[in-house]
Parts: sequence; structure tokens; C-alpha cells
Amino acid sequence: MAVISYIDAVTMAIREEMERDPKVFVLGEDVGKKGGVFKATQGLYEQFGEERVIDTPLAESAIAGVGIGAAMYGMRPIAEMQFADFIMPAVNQIISEAAKIRYRSNNDWNCPLVIRAPYGGGVHGALYHSQSVEAVFAHQPGLKIVMPSTPYDVKGLLKAAIRDNDPVLFFEHKRAYRLIKGEVPAEDYTLPIGKADVKREGEDITVITYGLCVHFALQAAEKLAGDGISSHILDLRTVYPLDKEAIIEAAAKTGKVLLVTEDNKEGSIIGEVAAIIAEHCLFDLDAPIKRLAGPDVPAMPYAPTMEKFFMVHPEKIEKAMRELAEF
Amino acid sequence: MAIEQIKMPQLGESVTEGTISNWLVKVGDRVNKYDPLAEVMTDKVNAEVPSSYSGVIKELIAAEGDTIAVGEIICSIETEGGEVVTAEAPAVESKPEALEGTADSVSAAVRPNKARYSPAVLKLSQEHGIDLTRVSGTGAGGRITRKDVLQWISAAGEKAAAPAAGQAVSQEKGQSAVLNQPAAVPAANVPLAAGDIEIPVTGIRKAIAANMVRSKHEVPHAWMMVEVDATNLVEYRNSIKDEFKEKEGFNLTFFAFFVKAVAQGLKEFPQMNSMWAGDKIIRKKDINISIAVATDDALFVPVIKNADEKTIKGIAREISELAVKVRNGKLKAEDMQGGTFTVNNTGSFGSVQSMGIINYPQAAILQVESIVKRPVVMNDSMIAVRDMVNLCMSLDHRVLDGLVCGRFLARVKEIIENMSKSTISIY
Amino acid sequence: MTEKRHEVLGLSDEKVLEMYETMLLARRIDERMWLLNRAGKIPFVISCQGQEAAQVGAAFALDREKDYVLPYYRDMGVVLTFGMTPRELMLSGFAKHEDPNSGGRQMPGHFGQKKNRIVTGSSPVTTQVPHAVGVALAGKMEKKDFVSFVSFGEGSSNQGDFHEGANFAGVHKLPVIFMCENNKYAISVPIEKQLACEKVSDRAIGYGMPGFTVDGNDPLEVYKVVREAAERGRRGEGPTLIETVSYRLTPHSSDDDDRSYRAPDEVAKAKTQDPIITFGAYLKETDVMTNELEKEINHRVMKMVNEATDYAENAPYAAPEDALKYVYGN
Repeated sequence: MAVISYIDAVTMAIREEMERDPKVFVLGEDVGKKGGVFKATQGLYEQFGEERVIDTPLAESAIAGVGIGAAMYGMRPIAEMQFADFIMPAVNQIISEAAKIRYRSNNDWNCPLVIRAPYGGGVHGALYHSQSVEAVFAHQPGLKIVMPSTPYDVKGLLKAAIRDNDPVLFFEHKRAYRLIKGEVPAEDYTLPIGKADVKREGEDITVITYGLCVHFALQAAEKLAGDGISSHILDLRTVYPLDKEAIIEAAAKTGKVLLVTEDNKEGSIIGEVAAIIAEHCLFDLDAPIKRLAGPDVPAMPYAPTMEKFFMVHPEKIEKAMRELAEF
Repeated sequence: MAIEQIKMPQLGESVTEGTISNWLVKVGDRVNKYDPLAEVMTDKVNAEVPSSYSGVIKELIAAEGDTIAVGEIICSIETEGGEVVTAEAPAVESKPEALEGTADSVSAAVRPNKARYSPAVLKLSQEHGIDLTRVSGTGAGGRITRKDVLQWISAAGEKAAAPAAGQAVSQEKGQSAVLNQPAAVPAANVPLAAGDIEIPVTGIRKAIAANMVRSKHEVPHAWMMVEVDATNLVEYRNSIKDEFKEKEGFNLTFFAFFVKAVAQGLKEFPQMNSMWAGDKIIRKKDINISIAVATDDALFVPVIKNADEKTIKGIAREISELAVKVRNGKLKAEDMQGGTFTVNNTGSFGSVQSMGIINYPQAAILQVESIVKRPVVMNDSMIAVRDMVNLCMSLDHRVLDGLVCGRFLARVKEIIENMSKSTISIY
Repeated sequence: MTEKRHEVLGLSDEKVLEMYETMLLARRIDERMWLLNRAGKIPFVISCQGQEAAQVGAAFALDREKDYVLPYYRDMGVVLTFGMTPRELMLSGFAKHEDPNSGGRQMPGHFGQKKNRIVTGSSPVTTQVPHAVGVALAGKMEKKDFVSFVSFGEGSSNQGDFHEGANFAGVHKLPVIFMCENNKYAISVPIEKQLACEKVSDRAIGYGMPGFTVDGNDPLEVYKVVREAAERGRRGEGPTLIETVSYRLTPHSSDDDDRSYRAPDEVAKAKTQDPIITFGAYLKETDVMTNELEKEINHRVMKMVNEATDYAENAPYAAPEDALKYVYGN
């Protein structure tokens, strides 16, 4: 099995889907000739032509809205937001339109649209190239939000998103793009949206997280294993709707739960995870639910000192995991 | 033929009422369905309300200028035969299978919950040394609820108190076998900063904590205060205190006078000298006054037994002796037993008002505050500088009510205000 | 006798009578809904009155077998032309289970019916404009020759989605007909406080497409300009912006009292230009419609309206738990 990078898995999934289904196409800023500012769509323009790899005018609401229109018609558009931070002009289209089309038409219309957006910090991206925006969309029934951590998951989940009959927001961690490599099968496969994945089995503490933080948690778990602390790590993969069964099972397994996100703490995805655990796991808990997240400031600052302070990193996770293990 | 009613429609999303500007029909008029009946004015719109029926106007129930709530009847119409009167349209039946996957599929299965203890239940059981296997649960699946444990604690308290009826209920007996453990200190997560000192909680402190928590937790405290003019008492005591000290060798404190006054009040209001015992209240015969004596880091409550039978001098002596014992660490367990009512000398710290926590299982605690000079209106017309003192009392509202406590405090006030050379003897 | 302008456009007498009847049907359904609202039977109405000519004229110029329409909330004339029935519109008014637009989930005026290619819409205005562009883009990719027709008010022509969508369609030469039904008011705010330019169609040049302003009270003029736009679109010549100027004869909605912001004289004057009256007069002047035929049409229309009302009023609501359905498809 080939070892490829996270971003190559993105490109691979899109290419295979475009080859498989002529209704699949890509639209966004700089996705064509340039192949994307991160090169996520590299080579697609050459392979499929400008008709199916469309460089759009710089207008996010139109990228989402045109994608929605095409999806309602029956196409399978993959719209790219250049940075998750720039999705805000398209929020009305995503929340008022895409999320509600099936429901408001009583199942007459649907909207099989994928919106991809690179998110996340630790890349010296400052306030507007570092944000995690998933929580903005994570109380919008009708949307699905996928945030994979590994190249294997990227390929399987992006293909599933493209084939899904409802709108999917697919957030890719931009620092993971070239940092994270992994084995990815050449053949076609999909992974179920809405299912979390146990990335490490353990007995003493449970860490529930998603995206790049999964890798930080795995690194920390490796260190703690040397001290005899066994960590169970659940990767949410889909952050909306959440995989309640998997969350409850993972929380109940050790009774000590650490929730990690690199988003601001208050109102983040992990608050909802904590609520699910609180509702279902009272008798299994052996410690208060612990959260590790970014500080409640508007976004990640540019200066390296402040950026590091904001970011979740393996040392922070390790410290939190150790405290929990010792509780 | 049928009589149909026209109701005030809701004209606008947020509108709750409408005013009839004028009727466009009168009684006896023939109208067709959708013909206008009245002009109606609301906060949002002015509109003509049409008829929902064809027929003859029978009655105009609302008058012009009346403001009518949405849904209230404004007029009635006698309809001709054949009018299809429709009830509120029904709803179709939902196909439940179509709902799968949308509803929350995680449901709590009903399972035996007897041995599943919530953190709150566990904490309580540890604080009170309760064997949870002996407690029956009233929650789902037999789960023991926090309330179940609280009831168990309260029942255990009654059992312990019951055999003592008619005789002395001593405080250590009041603490039954299951309750003899001091309170576990709540595991609050207090962050430590540089320079903070951690003081282990042991012995006396632990016992104080347990007693306070228990009293505050179990006893419904009510609170009352009276203001007492102690000018005469101050004059009298100040005039003899030096002589007394010289003669007797110990101080004649104001506190002794107050304890005496309270003891006399208790004699006259025996309800005050009571204890809660679950299904009964025990009225104590002996008047044994607990007095609070503080050291730098602890609080002791030795008892002046049969205070009502003692002279002021006798009480002053006991106070002095007990205080010395406390400070020298010579206080014995029996010195602290048998109290029926507590008097606390909060005034010694300069306090003028405080809310005491009742010394469990007594029914009340009285705080004697500082004597301070204050301008007071005398005889409605004159302002004088008087020595005033506040007496604050916390009471167990299960045992006592405001009326008796008010009378008791009024009596104590009266006793103190009348304490002077001519009315009392210290011997 | 007046010139038969419709013949010049290739429209038969039957066709223009059909147009008239559709306009009248829209008007009568709308009027009935107001009565039902004032009688307390339906909570909300938002009107087409005064814009029927523009709506019906435009919709008749499209191909009702393949074109897509993305109407805005006043477009009863468009959806009637595209196959939605009076009964279906009444079911929507009463929020009943059988309402094809939304099964009773949305307010009336939020049209959508896939089988007739009426694309579902919402309340935030102008969001349908980029959708129309997306539909046209899909058609172009699939090598179909349909056009996508989207309408909106002059107030909406200020929304970013109008400009973003128009620009996208202009850049990619997509077969979209942007039709602004200028009825002079965005609720209470008059056109001069909405636009700095003289006409909405002046905006077309910014997006590389032709722009036309026509009399929205004349269905034939609207028909002509929309048909030409559709032909341009089918030929691959890109989008067109059309502005139809008419007047909103009712308050904004059943919740609005327009007397606080416009003079009754102004409304009365506009009513003399009411397209139902003026187009009816044209048909009589040209001997297409006799008094008898007019009566017959009126009778037929009222019968449809009455039947639709009775049916919808007695139809069942959705089951309460239906509120949980159709969040996701799978």
C-alpha cells in the first residue's frame, strides 16, 4: 500500500470520483490552472478540463450558491473555500439554503454538495488563516461536517461525502496537508460519514478529539505508555451529527475523559461531546469531564509566541492526559 | 339552519387583539360567504373581516369601538341548510418507519440501578458513614437517590433521639452511631499559588466542620434580632466591677448578666429549651446553657449547667473557669455535654449583628452583640445617648415559630433593661 | 380595431386568452387568500397583485417542458404557468400535508415543485439567484439547451447574491434570465432609496450582459423580451437582465399597513393601470375576448378558486411527528 500525504489523499479522492461520475465537478478560486493555493486540485484541470475544474470569480457566496443550484439540478459539485476563514460570506447560502433544502421542500429537492475548506492553525496564518469554523455550522441539522485526521480517512470520507445526497462540509487541516502521511489503498473505498473511529485502544483514560489533534494525542499517548498509562483515543471524524454511540462507549470504557479541540473552548464541538457524555455516562465516570481547547479569544495571533500559546500541541495534551490519569 | 359564530381573526404575526372600527352589516342582513362584516383595526393592519358563511346576521356581539381578543366571538350568523361546517382539519397519520434515523437513537435502557451510585449519593454516604446496601432506592430501577440518603440520615437521627425522650438528650448521643464520622472535606479543586499554605484538616476542625455542615444542611434556620437598652446594666456593672474583681478574683463580665437573663427567659418559655427529634419535639427540663469559647484556631462550646439556678456571680465564675480550661486545653468532654441552648458572646469581637449556626440538636442560638453608645429617642421627644446592644437569635423553624421566639426575646430584653442595682443581686 | 400585437409575436388568440385566464386565476387566488386571512383561517398572505402580467408574460415565453424557474415569493403567475394548480396553492396557504411546495412547512409564497422544475425557495431574499446560475451551469455542462429563469424584487437587486450571481453568469456565459419585478417598493422603502442608478437594468453592463426595462403591466412586452433572452441563452450567448416595471397593488403582506408610507391616491392611480383591466381591455379591443367569453372565464376561475379553497380547508395537516422527517436523505 502506498504511503501518501493527507493532501494527496484529497486530490486522489476527487480525481477518482471525477473519473467515476461525470456529474462530479470542482469549483472555487484558483482551483483550475493553479491547482489550488495548497495544490489540492493539482492536475485535475489538465485531466478534466476547465469545464469540470472551474475557476470562479472571487465571491464565496456565489461559489456556495452556484454549487447549491447545480447540486439541486443533480450534479455533484465540490466547492472549495480557499480558507475556512473565508467561508463567512457564504454562511447564508450554507445555513439558510443548503442545510434546509430537503427539509423545506418536504423531501422534494435535495442538495448533494460538498464544500471543502482548509482550516486550522499552527501555520503562522494569524487570525484569518488559522480558524476552526466548524462550530458555526454544527447546530444546523441538514448539514454534515467531516473533519478527517489521516490520509486513509480523507480518501474514504471525501468519496463518501461526494456520493452523499446531502450537503457535506469537509474541513481539511492545512497543517496536516504535508505533515501527515499514511497508507492509502489505491482501490476505491468509502468510509461511513457519522462514524467515529478508535485510533488507539487503551484502558486508563479516553481522549476524544478530531483533526490534527488526533495525531498530537497519539504522540502523547505513546509517551504516557512508557509510564504505564494506557490511553484510549477516539477520532470523531464527523463532528456533526456526532456519533453518540461511539462517544458513550469510549467515555464509559475508562471513565476518565479528555476532550480536545484546537477551536476556542466555549461553544465548541467538544462542549456538545461533553453534554452527550454527561447525559449518558453518569455512572461510568471516574473523573470530571476535562476539556482542552484554544483560549476564548477571537482567533489565533500571528507572533510565534502567541500562536504557540493559542495552539493545542502534544505537550499540552500530554500534561492534560497525565493529570487525568492521576486523578 | 344553524347558528355559526364569527371570531376575531389574528391579523398579523404578533397580533393578539383587534378593535371593531365599524360594523358593515346589521342584524337581519343577509350576507354571502366572504362578504365583509366589519372593519377591524389592529396594531399592524386595518382590515375588513369577511364572513366565513352565507346566512343572516343574528347578533352583533361586539360593539363598535370594542377591543376583542383574537379568537373571541364578534357576531353570529344563522346559516342556510347545506352549509358544510368543517371542524379543524385532522392530521394525517405519520408513518413511524420514516422517522428512523432522525430520532435520538441512543435511549437509556431500563436496567437495575440499585448499585449505581451517583457522585452525590456516594459523597453523602461517605460523609455520614452510611452503608448504602442498607438504603432502599426510590429512583428508576431502584436507584438510590440523593433524597433517599438524606431521608435515611434524618431517620437515623430520629432513632437515636427517640430512646432519650423524657431524660437528658446529650449531644454525643444525638450523634448516632451512623453519624459519628466527621464530614469529608469537599474535594473542591482549589488551585495553589506560590506562598499559599496547606493546612491539613484534622481533629477539632474536622468536628466543627461536620457539625456546622450538618446543622446548616438539616436545620431550617430562621433569624430574629432585638435591640436592647443596656444603659442601666452598664452603669450598675461598671460601678461594681472593680470591687468584685478585688473581692472574688475573677471578672464580672456583662456576658454573665446576659446568660442569666437568657436562663430566666428559658424558664418562662420552656418551648425555647427544646430539641427536634424527627417525629417529636423534646422539651428539656434542665436549662443548660452552652457558651461559645474561641481559641485562635478552634471553637469550643462548654456548658453552664442549670444556669437558671445559679447566681450571676456563679455564672461569671463558671464562664471564667471554662474559658481558662479552653485556653489551657484542659476542657473535658463532659464539660461540653448536655447543652440545651447556646449563648454566644459575639460582641466580644466588636460584632453588632450576626447570624449564628444552631448548635445541633438544640433549637436556637442567641448571639449577644457589642454594647455600643448610640443616640436613642426617649419618650417620643428627647434624644439621649444610651448603651445599646443587639440580641440576634437563629432558630430551628421546625421546632419554633416567630411568635414564641418574639415573646421570648421581648422578655429577655425586658429583663436586661431592668437590671440595675435596685432590681437584682449578683449574689 | 386595435393592432393585434400578439400576432406579431407569434401568439395565437387562444394563447393570449390562456395568458389572461392565468393572470386572472392568480389574482383571484390571491384575493381569496386575503379573505381567508382576514377571516382568521390562514395566518399569512404575500401577494402577486399588480405583477401578474410580468409573471405570466415571462413564464409563457419560457419552455414549460424543460426550462427551470426560480421564482420569488410573489410569483404566483409564474408557478401557475409552470403547472402548479390552484388546489396546490391553496394547500400551501392552509399549510396542509399535501402542499407540494413544502408539505405545510413553509409560509405561502415559498414555491417549489420538482416535477415542474420550480426550484425550492426560502425567505432570505435573493439566495435563489446564485442557485439559478448553478442550474444553468449544470445545464451547460450537461449540454442541455434549457434556460434558467430567476426573479426577484428591486430591493433584492442590492443583495450581494444578485451581484455575485449575475457576475458569475456573465463570466461563464450561462443561460440565465434575471428578471427584476420592480414594483416600486421594498416593503415601505421606495425605489429612489434603493437604487442610485435610474433603472435596475442599468446594472447589466457591469456584468457583461444586456439589460432591458419594460412595462410590467403589459404581458406582451414582457413576453417579447423574455423570449428573446431565452433564445439568446439557448444560443450560448449568456444571460440577460430584465426589469419589469409595475406596481404593488396590495400592502407588502397581510401583516403590513401600507397607508403609513404611501398615499392612497398613488395606489388608486396605479389601479387604473391594473394589468388585469388593461390586458382584458386589449383582448376586447382586438375582439379576442367577448363579454360572454369574459364571463365564462371569470366563472371558470371562481369555480376553481372555490373548489381549491374547500379542498384545502378540509385537507388534513401533517402529523405532528412529521416535523422530524427529511432532515437527511439517508
